[in-house]
Amino acid sequence: MSSDAHAHAHDSADAHAGTRQGQLIGFGASVVLTAIPFLLVMHGTLDKQATALIIMAFAAVQVVVHMIFFLHMNTKAEGGWTMMALIFTIIMVVIALSGSLWVMHHLTTNMMPVHEMGQTP
Amino acid sequence: MTVAMGSMKAGEPVFYVVDEHEHPEGSSTMLGFWIYLMSDCLIFAILFAVYGVLGAKYAAGPAPKDLFDLSLVAVNTSFLLLSSLTYGFAMLSMQQNRVGAMQAWLAVTGLFGLAFLGIELTEFAHMIHEGATPQRSAFLSSFFTLVGTHGLHVTFGLIWLVTLMVQVKTYGLIEANRRRLVCLSMFWHFLDVIWIGVFTFVYLMGMLR
Amino acid sequence: MFDTADLTKLIFGRLTLESLPLHEPIIVGTFAMVALGGLALFGAITYFRLWGYLWREWFTTVDHKRIGIMYMVLGIVMLLRGFADALMMRLQQAIAFNGSEGYLNSHHYDQVFTAHGVIMIFFVAMPLVTGLMNYVVPLQIGARDVSFPFLNNFSFWMTTAGAVLVMCSLFVGEFARTGWLAYPPLSNLSYSPDVGVDYYIWALQVAGVGTLLSGVNLICTIVKMRAPGMTMMKMPVFTWTSLCTNVLIVASFPVLTAVLALLSLDRYVGTNFFTNDFGGDPMMYVNLIWIWGHPEVYILILPAFGIFSEVTSTFSGKRLFGYTSMVYATVVITILSYLVWLHHFFTMGSGASVNSFFGITTMIISIPTGAKMFNWLFTMYRGRIRFELPMMWTVAFMLTFVIGGMTGVLLAVPPADFVLHNSLFLVAHFHNVIIGGVLFGLFAGIAYWFPKAFGFKLDVFWGKMSFWFWTVGFYFAFMPLYVLGLMGVTRRLRTFDDPSLQIWFVIAGIGAFLILLGIASFLIQIAVSILRREQLADVSGDPWDARTLEWATSSPPPAYNFAFTPVVHDNDAWWDMKRRGYVRPLAGFKAIHMPSNTGTGVILAGLSTTMAFGLIWYMWWMAAGSFVALLAVAIGHTFNYHRSFHIPADEVVSVERARTELLAAGAKS
Repeated sequence: MSSDAHAHAHDSADAHAGTRQGQLIGFGASVVLTAIPFLLVMHGTLDKQATALIIMAFAAVQVVVHMIFFLHMNTKAEGGWTMMALIFTIIMVVIALSGSLWVMHHLTTNMMPVHEMGQTP
Repeated sequence: MTVAMGSMKAGEPVFYVVDEHEHPEGSSTMLGFWIYLMSDCLIFAILFAVYGVLGAKYAAGPAPKDLFDLSLVAVNTSFLLLSSLTYGFAMLSMQQNRVGAMQAWLAVTGLFGLAFLGIELTEFAHMIHEGATPQRSAFLSSFFTLVGTHGLHVTFGLIWLVTLMVQVKTYGLIEANRRRLVCLSMFWHFLDVIWIGVFTFVYLMGMLR
Repeated sequence: MFDTADLTKLIFGRLTLESLPLHEPIIVGTFAMVALGGLALFGAITYFRLWGYLWREWFTTVDHKRIGIMYMVLGIVMLLRGFADALMMRLQQAIAFNGSEGYLNSHHYDQVFTAHGVIMIFFVAMPLVTGLMNYVVPLQIGARDVSFPFLNNFSFWMTTAGAVLVMCSLFVGEFARTGWLAYPPLSNLSYSPDVGVDYYIWALQVAGVGTLLSGVNLICTIVKMRAPGMTMMKMPVFTWTSLCTNVLIVASFPVLTAVLALLSLDRYVGTNFFTNDFGGDPMMYVNLIWIWGHPEVYILILPAFGIFSEVTSTFSGKRLFGYTSMVYATVVITILSYLVWLHHFFTMGSGASVNSFFGITTMIISIPTGAKMFNWLFTMYRGRIRFELPMMWTVAFMLTFVIGGMTGVLLAVPPADFVLHNSLFLVAHFHNVIIGGVLFGLFAGIAYWFPKAFGFKLDVFWGKMSFWFWTVGFYFAFMPLYVLGLMGVTRRLRTFDDPSLQIWFVIAGIGAFLILLGIASFLIQIAVSILRREQLADVSGDPWDARTLEWATSSPPPAYNFAFTPVVHDNDAWWDMKRRGYVRPLAGFKAIHMPSNTGTGVILAGLSTTMAFGLIWYMWWMAAGSFVALLAVAIGHTFNYHRSFHIPADEVVSVERARTELLAAGAKS
């Protein structure tokens, strides 16, 4: 991937605007993907386990929707480097989150006092 | 692409560029800003991790069920989502060189952002009034920090928005301003992505506990 | 209205006359020396009317070469302070036996070991590594500057601001007494109510901003500004390691920022992240800080690995063995460095399953490093080795770092670590790898690239003196610590009850003294080299007959680096050019577009310093005012759209002509 100055003149700001249709589709999908989780929780339609799984799945999908329709993520922008940076970041986030939760769970189980003390005078 | 001066015969390797087109000014800006955004994402990830670990530590104080008003959060979320849409429209107008329309859409975005912040601040004030202060428990500390950091980012985004509107008014839609508008666009949408995480894992999951 | 006491508190926060350590003779003495030295320096600059020059040509520069040099100066100056702390500790530990309290009380001693660690990592190693990367990478990839020259200048000044805050803590108030990572609950407000931890937090937050932005900058530079023909797999290895290092920076410093912010919220607002009650969990701090901390040490060592690759191939006269595997090893190390962090707290109690996982990953990460070591050895095999100073440092590194690495693998075994955690064995291990790896690498890099930066080589005699004092001194100073650690001695102790241990501490003290001579030799080396610069001159720009593009330029390079952007065809681009009869162009020069200098970076960093000072001392007006000013200056800066200029073609012509004459004169002699 050599950096040719000429090619990059075309990677201008305008390529990032997308289309009106794209914006509206993204918006519409996001509304649906937001409304359903809210309604599920506010009305307690399903059991907690199922609700939790659904809202997490919908959140993941909505993130992807935002990435595609609002942020115009694709594999070609900046020679693929933005996608690579995003994937690397996601990996880091997953490691930091899951690693911390796993480690802290074990630490809490092994090391924290049995009952929760509320407050000091 | 180039021919070296004088001494090179045909077929010999070329070792330097003579007819040089400089790197266009700002050619790294998009990538650079995206990478910065990824680092910002990591800060939020840590705040989410902290919320994940400490979010159930109520210290015999108020829990999510006692505090969260989901209908208010729904209104907030729609304001932020709408602001993403209106920023998208602003970018379309920019692409079509319609400065007036662009500024109008930016202003609407700003108003939605302000509304978002206003509601959030009212929510915080109410919670504090009820005794659910950031100091009350680890859960509340992590709640206020995570949601507050997002709000701070929105605030900075709004300051940036106003600055850009002034700069476009003063200097027009020059290349530098277009680049900046794209960067703010990335920033603004990214904040909406983070908010998806917030309303899902803080508010909705909080009410499910 | 306000009475005087209220008004004083409003203006000065918690800063009072008691904050000045007038009762500590050591500090008063240090202050006297620093003040005298500082006055002498300022006086000299004023007398020779150099302030204008310094401001225009150095402080406001956006030239990566000058910024790189300033980073190196910062790192070396802070090395003196950090090493002074080391000497103080060695002395204290050598004498504090048989009921003696030594000469340092615990209040002072605890600050010394904390400051030593903080300064050496953040204000010596990081600036030196950043400085070398800044100087070398754009030249190696055939570029004229980094992607964001202004940001580069700003990053440097933010790092300096952090260093200023740490130095300030010596004379106004005090520093943290928590160790270099400031674990809670000790760093919580209840156990450390004084300014020390606040100095620590804000110095690191300010410097951290600089480092993070520098990371973004260098990634973009390497991705976007490479010369035509230089594909990723044709980049020099030092550029590859710099890329990976800066990825590590961008992917780890945000974690430090977040954790320190949470600690500061606990201290300033009374939140309960890391407290022992109201649901807080101090163990979370340890977990998070090491998620940053482990990648940090790879940030320090990867550039050193890159330096060794360049030096080994240059001074063996051979292409680096196993270029592809070197690249893959570097990338694997980068990714794996995120999967090992728990090995820093095996003993905190996460249990067998967690400990085993991280123990295994820690052992795995040693493998790519081993691969690199073999590649260097195979590069040397059947090469025509020249034992110039850089190569000497490299050989010392190979022996020393391997020992340190092996003790690391030993510590990676959780049951072993339960015995050795926080003992002097650990201290010996990390000094072994940092000194043997990072520092020797930096000295190799300095010796290697000094002629490029300044136009003359470093004096060899004093270089060898420095080398031998450092190498022998290191072994005397730290091998005893391995022994002591195995015998059960804990780190950070101030006094000892067992007199049989003293001999080891005395040997270690002698080692520290030898290292002092090594540092002195290094400083003498620089002075002597400047005095003898005519004899040591580098006329050709390529004093080592080297292989990468930076050696195609003059020494020092012109402001614009390359009159014409190079076109690259192969690895070791400059070697390729030399082999295939490259002829330096003598005509056809054009005007060159360059970024303009700016004082905004200095101002923003200065305001960050005052804001931090205000936050530390609870002078809220200073903090708030600085913050507002920061915003105003930053926003104001964005209204300046004209930040570049053109170097006129005839200036390029005359610079290049001067070089042509120099080369001709050099060829004759």
